[in-house]
Amino acid sequence: MLFFLCFALFLIGLYCVLIKKNLLKIVMGIIIMEYSVNLFLIMVGYKAGAVAPIVTAGVEKANFVDPLPQALVITAIVIGIATLALMVALCMRVYDRYKTFDITKIRRLRG
Amino acid sequence: MNLVPLFMAIPLGAAFIVVLLGRFKEAVSDAVAVIVSLILTILSFVLIIPLSQEGIFVYRMGRWIPPWGINLVLDGLSLLMLIIINLVAFLAILYSVSYMKKFTAKSTYYGLFLLMVAGMNGVVLTGDFFNLFVFLEIAAIASYALVAFGVEAEELEASFKYMVMGSVASVLILFSIGLIYSLTGSLNMAHVGTILQGQNGNLISFSMILFLAGFGLKAAIMPFHAWLPDAHPSAPAPISAMLSGVLIKALGVYVILRIFFNVFGMNIQLSWIFMILGCLSMVGGGLLAIKQEDFKRLLAYSSISQIGLIMLGVGCGNYWGILGALFHLFNHASFKALLFLNSGAVEYSTGTRELKKMGGLSKAMPFTGATSTIGSLSISGIPPLNGFWSKLFIIMGLVYAGRYVLAVITILVSVLTLAYYLKVQRYAFFGKLGEGLEKVKEVPPLMCASMVALAIICVGAGIFFYPIMKTILEPAVRVLQEGVGYSNLILGG
Repeated sequence: MLFFLCFALFLIGLYCVLIKKNLLKIVMGIIIMEYSVNLFLIMVGYKAGAVAPIVTAGVEKANFVDPLPQALVITAIVIGIATLALMVALCMRVYDRYKTFDITKIRRLRG
Repeated sequence: MNLVPLFMAIPLGAAFIVVLLGRFKEAVSDAVAVIVSLILTILSFVLIIPLSQEGIFVYRMGRWIPPWGINLVLDGLSLLMLIIINLVAFLAILYSVSYMKKFTAKSTYYGLFLLMVAGMNGVVLTGDFFNLFVFLEIAAIASYALVAFGVEAEELEASFKYMVMGSVASVLILFSIGLIYSLTGSLNMAHVGTILQGQNGNLISFSMILFLAGFGLKAAIMPFHAWLPDAHPSAPAPISAMLSGVLIKALGVYVILRIFFNVFGMNIQLSWIFMILGCLSMVGGGLLAIKQEDFKRLLAYSSISQIGLIMLGVGCGNYWGILGALFHLFNHASFKALLFLNSGAVEYSTGTRELKKMGGLSKAMPFTGATSTIGSLSISGIPPLNGFWSKLFIIMGLVYAGRYVLAVITILVSVLTLAYYLKVQRYAFFGKLGEGLEKVKEVPPLMCASMVALAIICVGAGIFFYPIMKTILEPAVRVLQEGVGYSNLILGG
């Protein structure tokens, strides 16, 4: 069930990218998609009732959560921030040139 | 072999050094960028001989044994891609030394360029899914910034479009990697390959579809192509040459080949999907190219068409088809980079990209004119240039596989290609000198040098196709034909 909700979040992001006309809303759509995928990765590694995977004396055989997806998500978040920064910078430059955020008016390239 | 990590380490390190040094003197950053890319090119050629003796190198990062650690894998296919990437990157950087003078912040440009090269080298060398994603993003983010480098209105618009499409593709790829991890509990490509062997399921098919859509977006195969004709022409010419010649192959086609042949394993349905997508983009790209009036836009549509041809060759799955496709990968990098550099040279001298405003340029610009003729003939498949051999191999592959209709379509598209390149030659380089072009001069010697070098590669690869086929293409074909047997080589060795 949770996985379906996560997928629904992904689809909301995709809808936002495809339908919205405002540059910033498109950027938000991409971020929503990215975060839904991050959430998915975290849920893959989650186990109910498990503890953090730190091996100390006495807890060698405890029930650990999978640490790898968490490491992946941290990397993915950092990459996402780099993309977001570049995208927002690009939006600002586009606004300087066209004086609008509306993609139906930003259409000099054709064909 | 301990040389393998250098392909990522050298350009990554140099990317930061170049920006720092550029603050003091711009000529230093030129020199550093040229030397670094030359070293990388030489390194990739040096590896040919030891690799042919050993067959495969596996480098384990931090000595962790696969499937736990990250490993770098150098085999025939990776080596072919390394040679293409670093050779074209070197010539493009040589060209940029003069071409990029009109832009400010040249050292930043080199920094981004080298980051892109590092990302692509990483993508073709890595043997790990998540590492693949990280390098893919390094290359992709650098290329988004490079497309917008001129910060004019059109360039920003194109870059935004490219970035939205590229980010959606990256998210799809990450989603698919997550699915693969949840199914197999491993991220090592070879290990995932052994676990998935013989398995079938809805989730595996779903992750395959996500991979195909994600990397198809990066490779600009036809239903996913909309960003390419905007993004590639808007970039500065050497970057267009890199994007069209190398980036869509390293990030798109190479990864599709690696994942579908070596990890999931080919089957007849996938082969049909490749052939249908390939045929669609080959015909569609060609038909859209013929009506373009903008020099670079025409070249961009032609890239879509040629990528389609490569996918078609791969899809037919026999020896000749794959050989032809990989040879076309190499050839397309050489002549498409050459043609984009030509278009840059024309823009540099005349200030326009509209074909109708040019004319008679081969008298004023003899080197550009001659090399662009070689490039055009080569891409249209005129013997004995290199484009002829690769198209011949692909058509042979299609005939052996019994796909006669597709073979006929390939020949027809080849004629179409000749038609639109004759249009380029007719409008831009032959005939009377256009109005206002009396004072046009040839471009500076370094730009000429890199165009001539690429033209020599086109002619040379056509005449000496047999040694090239034996030394660098056959090992690559073997990797793909081994299919999922690839995993045993890595995990066993």
